[in-house]
Amino acid sequence: MSVAPRVVVLGPQHAQPSVSAVLRRVAGKGPVALITAGLQERESEATAIPELGVPAINLTLHARGEDIFAKDRELAAAYKARQTRLRLMQDFYRTRLDHANLAARAISVRHVDEELLAEEGAASIGMIRRLDEDHLERCHHVHAEFVSRWQPASRPHVARHRGEVAAILARTSAVVLAGGHVAVLLNRLRLLELGPLLASRTVVGWSAGAMVLTDRVVLFHDHPPYGPPVAEVLDLGLGLAPALVVLPNPRLRLRLDDTARVTYLAQRFAPATCVALDHGNSVEIEGGCVAGGSEAQLLRSDGSVDRSWP
Amino acid sequence: MTPRQPTSPPRSPERAIEAFVAGPHTREAVDAFLAAHHFPIVEGSSVTFVYRGEAEKIHLKHWVFGLPSSQELTRVPDTDLWYLTLDIPPNSRIEYKLEVVRGGRGEWRQDPLNPNRARDPFGANSVAHGSGYRVPDWTHPDPESALGTIDEVGFQSKVFGRRDLVLYLPARYRKSRRYPLLVVHDGHDYLRYAAMATVLDNLIHRLEIPALIAAFTSSPDRLREYANDERHASLITEELVPFLERRFPLEGRPQGRCLMGASFGAVAALSTAWRHPGYFGKLLLQSGSFAFTDIGDRNHRGPVFDPVVTFMNQFRSRPVAVSEHVFVSCGTYESLIYENRSLVPMLTATGMTISYVEAPDGHNWENWRDRLREGLSRLFPGPLLLMYE
Repeated sequence: MSVAPRVVVLGPQHAQPSVSAVLRRVAGKGPVALITAGLQERESEATAIPELGVPAINLTLHARGEDIFAKDRELAAAYKARQTRLRLMQDFYRTRLDHANLAARAISVRHVDEELLAEEGAASIGMIRRLDEDHLERCHHVHAEFVSRWQPASRPHVARHRGEVAAILARTSAVVLAGGHVAVLLNRLRLLELGPLLASRTVVGWSAGAMVLTDRVVLFHDHPPYGPPVAEVLDLGLGLAPALVVLPNPRLRLRLDDTARVTYLAQRFAPATCVALDHGNSVEIEGGCVAGGSEAQLLRSDGSVDRSWP
Repeated sequence: MTPRQPTSPPRSPERAIEAFVAGPHTREAVDAFLAAHHFPIVEGSSVTFVYRGEAEKIHLKHWVFGLPSSQELTRVPDTDLWYLTLDIPPNSRIEYKLEVVRGGRGEWRQDPLNPNRARDPFGANSVAHGSGYRVPDWTHPDPESALGTIDEVGFQSKVFGRRDLVLYLPARYRKSRRYPLLVVHDGHDYLRYAAMATVLDNLIHRLEIPALIAAFTSSPDRLREYANDERHASLITEELVPFLERRFPLEGRPQGRCLMGASFGAVAALSTAWRHPGYFGKLLLQSGSFAFTDIGDRNHRGPVFDPVVTFMNQFRSRPVAVSEHVFVSCGTYESLIYENRSLVPMLTATGMTISYVEAPDGHNWENWRDRLREGLSRLFPGPLLLMYE
């Protein structure tokens, strides 16, 4: 009996790995395809990955990307220019965001009618949401322009690697995405245009590997080395786990006991569901809808956290 | 029957020194008191400095702007024990010495009862840690942090001749990568007194800043060259950075270049950026000696500040964006806090992104060390925000 393709998003795996139990259930005896591009140069180090419990074939996407750039210098130069542009755009977006957050804070401490204050608070969140949307739209435009101009999938070196990856995927029962550097992981998936190849497959991802499966990747840290807490959108994700914002490792990165912070995140990214995933937590998606999971932590707009969602 | 009165416990002295003063003043009591405490004694916001020894007078000498710089300790009758209690705000760091007056002559000494020392180019001071202050863990060597390399690099300037330069390359340095560049004024002192190589190793390891290359420069005539000297600005922008960008895999763009310094080194950083606007995308200015006058050109800090005042008055009369992001820090116990605070709104008004922090500390290397994490991670955010393992 074949199992319908599922997408499973997990929290970090280094302390109490749960991925092997999940794979036994959704991927049978395997083998599975493993994507560790987020680990960059360490992608083939066995010690960097927890025991999966099933045979795995590493797709070595990071190394494939390096090979493509070494052999297709024109594409490499264009890619580098695109990345520089995206980094600057992220910086400018962050500057706008800082000011919008400061404005929201300045309004929130005014001593005026509560009803008006609530209305203005909603307007402040609305402004920040528009900045997020504008940034994502402009990132999308940069990617679309890049694909249109450089046609990566049609270039011989990209096409060869993509073909090899597709052949491996065809003989595996699931795809596993490890955590790591979320932007590097997303960029390697995008370079080889793997989104469509993953769309009809069972996919399991943890931490950064879970974040890239959503509609939009949200970077966050409530305890940064400087300044106030940070939350910003990075880019569009693969959209395989729609309407979810995945926030891994809340124990280290989030202040879930701060109701104002929880409210802010939940309202800012609504109607998507903000879900914090610690060790052992999971959410399963089937047919684009949440179909199960284990003790994920749902951030509610009233500032509360449902710790046994769904 | 009379109602029972609530019995209140006998009042215990608030501070350890008060308990000692209230007790017997024997040699044994002094020995026991010294053995029972760490010095200075920190009790909430009270810090009690203690000295034992024969003298005519003992003075606390410190550099806290706003307090009398010399304060006399009180002798406990019939003993050779002296003390002074001050109210010190939480998280303070105070560098000090004790002046022991004998035969009418004073001698400045480190506090023999306090093992905490801060070194600087003039020697070492004793350090009092106010309640809550901890030496940041990222300033100590971390066995898990991979170490960068430190090398002397020969650099020949057309204007100044040979200059000593120390180059920091991060752990796992690769020629195939592109790195941001941090140029540090008074670089040898930052390495010696602010543990900067260790700080870089740790912040890179913790992903709080990206792997970067740092050039630690020094000048044999810093008070002149750092005080808005056109030749110095040319040395940095037309000789040193191009030299480094030819030899090392650097990003080679304003966003990937930061110029930093403390005290006169901060003046050098700002004036270099002012003379070459846009060249450095980031400036890190610590306790800048940004002296100025609101009217006239006489300043109370002495002739060495005259060129600084001329520059700052010129800059303040027409502030312009010279960089993209500027981090400014200053200790609240420095006389320069006034100059630094007043500079911040001017910098902000130019459109540059300005980050400003204060700390209850003085004009010293450990203050500058303790602000490095905030400053560097603010200017060069590391991959921490992008790493989810």
